[in-house]
Amino acid sequence: MNAVSLILMNFRRKRIRKILTVCSFAVALFLFGILAIIYDAFYLPIEIAGADRLVVQNKISLIMPLPYSYRGKLKQIDGIDLVSYGSWFGGVYQDERNFFVQFAVDTETWNDMFPEFIIPPEQWKAFVEDRQGCIAGQNLVERYGWKIGDRIPLKGTIHQGIWEFNLRGVFQGKRASDDTSQFWFQYKYLDEKSDLMRGYVGWYYVHVSDPGRAEAISDEIDDMFANSPYETVTETEKAWTAAFIRQFGNIKVLLMSVGGVVFFTLLLITGSNMAMSIRERTGEIGIMKTLGFGGKRILFMVLAESLIIALAGGGIGLFMAKLFAMQGDPTGGFLPVFYLSSRNILLGLSISVLIGLAAGIIPAVQSMRLRIVDALRRV
Amino acid sequence: MVHVNGDNKSDSLIQVRSLFKTYTRGNESIEVLKNLNLDIDRGEFVAFMGPSGSGKTTLLNLIGGLDLPTSGSIVVDNDEITGISGSKLTDWRARHVGFIFQLYNLIPVLTAFQNVELPLLLTGLSKAQRRDHVEAALSIVGLEDRMHHFPRQLSGGQEQRTAIARAIVSDPTFLLCDEPTGDLDRTSANEILELLSRLVEDFNKTILMVTHDPAAACQAHITLHLEKGVLIESSKVVCE
Ligand SMILES: Nc1ncnc2c1ncn2[C@@H]1O[C@H](COP(=O)(O)OP(=O)(O)OP(=O)(O)O)[C@@H](O)[C@H]1O
Ligand SMILES: [Mg+2]
Repeated sequence: MNAVSLILMNFRRKRIRKILTVCSFAVALFLFGILAIIYDAFYLPIEIAGADRLVVQNKISLIMPLPYSYRGKLKQIDGIDLVSYGSWFGGVYQDERNFFVQFAVDTETWNDMFPEFIIPPEQWKAFVEDRQGCIAGQNLVERYGWKIGDRIPLKGTIHQGIWEFNLRGVFQGKRASDDTSQFWFQYKYLDEKSDLMRGYVGWYYVHVSDPGRAEAISDEIDDMFANSPYETVTETEKAWTAAFIRQFGNIKVLLMSVGGVVFFTLLLITGSNMAMSIRERTGEIGIMKTLGFGGKRILFMVLAESLIIALAGGGIGLFMAKLFAMQGDPTGGFLPVFYLSSRNILLGLSISVLIGLAAGIIPAVQSMRLRIVDALRRV
Repeated sequence: MVHVNGDNKSDSLIQVRSLFKTYTRGNESIEVLKNLNLDIDRGEFVAFMGPSGSGKTTLLNLIGGLDLPTSGSIVVDNDEITGISGSKLTDWRARHVGFIFQLYNLIPVLTAFQNVELPLLLTGLSKAQRRDHVEAALSIVGLEDRMHHFPRQLSGGQEQRTAIARAIVSDPTFLLCDEPTGDLDRTSANEILELLSRLVEDFNKTILMVTHDPAAACQAHITLHLEKGVLIESSKVVCE
């Protein structure tokens, strides 16, 4: 036996209660993991969005188009080194519940505009050469079991009819947080087959060489098209993404309050359990002190016990959350980036440690201060 | 020798002088020990008797350094323990005193072996040395074949013998026993008393034992009565 095993021996007693306390931690931290995943699904896109990419959209609404002729004018602006564009398609694959984002994209510039998406060059080439070609993200391909060469039909909602595409490539994200549940096809195909958008695009992406000038260039663009039938609003992709996510309401406050309630409850449960198990051991603590175990040592032992419970439970919960996240998005497309980051695992473990310490500190200090004569006096 | 008059000038192992202990509860105060004196030599086996609430436990706790007196001094083996404070007193206790209580003695989640090993964890002894000490102590109390049993798997008498093994494992200067047989049946109690006597006779231990039981007191060399805050030497209790 040594100092460590002496602490571990305490796990032999009141096993059911200990297991339940560990379970409380596991459940709470599992929930934390899921909340963190949802939080990231909403807010990570803002964090990772390019500060050097601007989105130029119609001032009235994102669903209103912009003239194709703006492309040349944007290129003229000093400080812009790349202009690309895209359009929302909104098709349905097999069933309306199968939701994923489909963009008609400019094959000449799209690839350079989004270097965070990696596509083998020969796949990109095959895509460019096939007017009906398409490219899908890894996540999407896995979700529907697609293979390169598959023919994928989408039922148009904005653009009527059945649209057929040939899968020519699969893209990966550089980071785990990159959304690989998108579907891209050629703008030229959209333009050919539907006359709804002819001469127009959904929005423009422009790349600025100096992110420090993003603001100034945005103003310049909007001034350029002011008082025209198609006025623009230009923002960095970051600001644009943030505004987009704000539409869903204040997810942050919602997630934080759920998390707060969960952790507060956990603290109450663990705190009372620790207090109970230490109170039951008053006599034993008295004996240990009699034998020469000092107050600080006892304090440390009680805290260590509480910490072990917290870390064991928290670890199990986070591990389960990670396993759950690895199954992919359970909402079928609503949360395309469904990923538990190591940053959030660390955060979860730190919260477990804090709750463990908070739950243990009062009984620990009481045990430290407990006078032997009081502990041994029969009550 | 054992004296209670306080004028002994010799170098007894335990010297208690003018000991007072007053408990205050609210504005009410109880003087439990009033000018108590005591001298005990090495190798003595002393029994303390007295009515309930007379202060026997209080006295033992003071001599064992578990509590501080209101005034007076206690010197053990030339250490004035009433002047030692905090963690130093804790260390002193670990080295010099072995305790045996009536209840709460053993930690239920530790085996007999581990319970006896407990005080040795605070020493610098190696694992092998600790094992040797623990096995020696357990064989003195006759429990070498019960080493890996948990307290709930032991009888009351065996539990107390384990407690005695733990009290002697670090070879303390003296043992303090507060009603060690209070919770036991006659047979088990006799075994414990024989064991304590053997520790005194064969190993020259010094034992201070509080008891209500004349059959226990008769095993000691001398019985002191605590009455009205002081000790009175009474005629030796003779075993029936
Ligand atoms: N912490 C305390 N606060 C107040 N009074 C106390 C305290 N400890 C002991 N006393 C009182 O001191 C007196 C002596 O108590 P003590 O426990 O020493 O008696 P005792 O002789 O051991 O009795 P018993 O034979 O019942 O064990 C009792 O009246 C008790 O109520
Ligand atoms: Mg008592």
